[in-house]
Amino acid sequence: MSDEYDNNKSYQAQSSEVIDGSAGSVNPDIDYVRPAEVGEQDLYHGHSFIEKWVFCQDAKVIGVQYFLTAVFTGIVGLILSWLMRLQLGFPGLAGFMTAEHYYQFVTMHGMIMVVYFLTALFLGGFGNYLIPLMVGARDMVFPYVNMLSFWMFFVAVAVLMASFFVPGGPTGAGWTLYPPQTILEGTPGSGMGILLMLISLSLFVIGFTMGGLNYMITILQARTRGMTLMRMPLTVWGIFTATVLAMLAFPALLVSAIMMTLDKVLQTSFFMPTILKAGEVLEYGGGSPILFQHLFWFFGHPEVYIVALPAFGIVSDLISVHARKNIFGYRMMVWAIVGIGGLSFFVWAHHMYVSGMNPWFGFFFATTTLIIAVPTAMKVYNWILTLWRGNIRINTVMLWCLGFIVTFVNGGITGIFLGNVSVDVPLSDTYFVIAHFHMVMGIAPLMVIMGAVYHWFPLVAGKMLHEGLGKWHFWITFLGAYSIYFPMHYLGFIGVPRRYFEMYDSPYMTSAVGMNEFISIAAFIVGAAQFILVFNIIKTLKTGKKAEQNPWKANSLEWYTSTVPPEHGNFGERLPVVHRWPYDFSVPGAKDDFIPQTTAPSEVIHTEVEKT
Amino acid sequence: MHAGIIFLLVIIGSVLFHIFTPWYWTDIASNWGGMDDTITLTFWVGGGVFVAVCLFMIYCVFRYQHKEDRRAEYKPEDKKLEKILTWATTLGVCALLAPGLIIWNQYVNVPKNAIEVDVMAWQWGWQYRLPGADGKLGTTQVRNIADNNPFGINPDDPFGRDDIMVESDVINLENNRPVKILLRSVDVLHNWYVPQFRAKMDAVPGTVTFYWFEPNKVGEYEVLCAEYCGVGHYAMRGGVEVQDKADYEVWLSEQETFEQLSARYEKLNVDGNKLAKK
Repeated sequence: MSDEYDNNKSYQAQSSEVIDGSAGSVNPDIDYVRPAEVGEQDLYHGHSFIEKWVFCQDAKVIGVQYFLTAVFTGIVGLILSWLMRLQLGFPGLAGFMTAEHYYQFVTMHGMIMVVYFLTALFLGGFGNYLIPLMVGARDMVFPYVNMLSFWMFFVAVAVLMASFFVPGGPTGAGWTLYPPQTILEGTPGSGMGILLMLISLSLFVIGFTMGGLNYMITILQARTRGMTLMRMPLTVWGIFTATVLAMLAFPALLVSAIMMTLDKVLQTSFFMPTILKAGEVLEYGGGSPILFQHLFWFFGHPEVYIVALPAFGIVSDLISVHARKNIFGYRMMVWAIVGIGGLSFFVWAHHMYVSGMNPWFGFFFATTTLIIAVPTAMKVYNWILTLWRGNIRINTVMLWCLGFIVTFVNGGITGIFLGNVSVDVPLSDTYFVIAHFHMVMGIAPLMVIMGAVYHWFPLVAGKMLHEGLGKWHFWITFLGAYSIYFPMHYLGFIGVPRRYFEMYDSPYMTSAVGMNEFISIAAFIVGAAQFILVFNIIKTLKTGKKAEQNPWKANSLEWYTSTVPPEHGNFGERLPVVHRWPYDFSVPGAKDDFIPQTTAPSEVIHTEVEKT
Repeated sequence: MHAGIIFLLVIIGSVLFHIFTPWYWTDIASNWGGMDDTITLTFWVGGGVFVAVCLFMIYCVFRYQHKEDRRAEYKPEDKKLEKILTWATTLGVCALLAPGLIIWNQYVNVPKNAIEVDVMAWQWGWQYRLPGADGKLGTTQVRNIADNNPFGINPDDPFGRDDIMVESDVINLENNRPVKILLRSVDVLHNWYVPQFRAKMDAVPGTVTFYWFEPNKVGEYEVLCAEYCGVGHYAMRGGVEVQDKADYEVWLSEQETFEQLSARYEKLNVDGNKLAKK
């Protein structure tokens, strides 16, 4: 056994050492860090290729596996969006495009991007890679369950993709899957397609629960000595809160998927009222379609923040590192993340103002929705106040962050339109909604993902991505995406409804033909520009400049591993001991413009450190 | 340097686009001007915040570009500034929320003199029913729907006998008279939406939903389905014709009541039976 389990790092060695060994320290007392309360975990090191790279228990490998699988689904989603824009900009150009296909593409694009791409990428990808590194743990607390989590996700993706090849094709019910149409003929893929979608979603939730428990418990229980909650990087705060939301919200999706499966297979009537179809009354009766909407959005709205909160956290860290300035108002930022997370469970019905639910709900949900704007606005202020009087490196990473601020504020403002119940009435179900949510939870989080890729690639691969290519990638993506979604709001003002395969010659729509063509062309270009990143990564892996350790001069623990890229176990012989928050940049009196989290107070005794 | 300039151009471009856009609201034809006003207000407040935040960001990009010999300011928190910003934002949000809620209050309280219109949706089309002389619509049930009872009116309901059936996808409305749209669906979700009226609401099978508006411009309008309802969603159109009182009365008198329709079918049946006997 002893060669399978690494027993070298024993509990004794850690806890007996009360004071961190910063040799020659002036005043040992100020360096005191409480000893660890629990011993270190034993890690199972893989022996074969399969154990190291396929069924691997190392959170970093699992993170990369999640990342690559999510990117694969993202590329499928991207191609689907091209096909949709082809139809909307140039109707009739693609001969194979029937209304059935169009609605199938719309549905799969939406579901893939929200669940299988963004959620999996932020929590499964960045969460797995960064959590143990940033909190100073050797791995997730349940590595085996973590491995299962990824493979469950993998099966969920396989089932989802299989639905493209079953008779009738994938479901075309819209990503919201509103019954009754979802499981009735008249909607494409109402047979096998919808069943596979529901099964895939259920598998996703099960797999995700395994991963989510890991993220939560690792953050709560496995932080290294000195890493208090209020010293955690905001990335970890964002991912942690998002995971808590996911644990509470995904069950609503799971039960609604199960109930709908029963409605479909066993003709139960959870969501199905009496229905007259083609002159015949179906065998349903008494169910409530609006009940499904409540369940769906009880999941669906927190889901928006499951994507947004990790993005908030990551972008805070990126801005701080590259502006060489502490994040402004750290405590406010933490409480804003937690507050937004809590409030996000009380706003779901703002997706349902015109759903036919009791209209008196509108007052409550409009109020809660606009309250959530306050902590969100505070976060925006703190980002730009972090830039203020900073020492800003305008590199690729920072460009993505700036792009995030512009698109997020833009999308946030249009959210105030839609949240404000009576303003929502003319705009709901129009292109204004499409423009809003793509800006705020499509493009804005994507900007953060890209910034994060350029920021952490040197850590993951040990090589620096090419800056020039990165800047081209950014500008084409930002300008292109902005010119897709900014004008699209105005289609919504005209009144153009969403989910229309064709507009015919509706009088107010004919004027927008040119705009639709323009948006489509921009969409083709932006999509294609993403392959610049693929090219950049391949080129960098082959011939790229080797990254030095901690190339951005950051403070957080992931840059202080024993090797780059970090090996299994992350920190070599000894776990790091944390003495401060990760934002001590440009501290007056310090030699460098950054003080790593591991630096003991006695080593920087002449600096004016305010917060530790 | 060029980064700041491009961001600046994006913001200027956005403002110019908004000012000169040829794509904007369709001319309003109902009483819901308040919705448009609230949108305009939100545009001013929200747009102002957007421009201010972005300009501040761009200023920082110009002013605080990286220099090796300079250090950023070190100031983890500024309680006073954070407090001011929180309260200013709260105030702004309240200023936007208040008119929104006031108009919503009007939206959910239907005026007493509104005429009720039963809008029945199915995959994929619309039909309409108006109350007869008694001013009340008869109750309905999906299971009653048949050729001789296209709306599924309960045959025992006395209020249903004089209901006026409009078996067309175009409904006529009287100008300047509030309408309460009662929505129902026999199969899936739909939404009866006329962009010029601004208002909308889903039709949900198994229940009756409602909204109201007062048309104030004579003319013909296109009805769109605004809730995805399957593969024919985009083609599910209808029409509204808003008429002056006199024209409307003429149109109304030409429509058939439930009683007349039933009688016609009975006669058809009797004739059919006679034919069969011969």
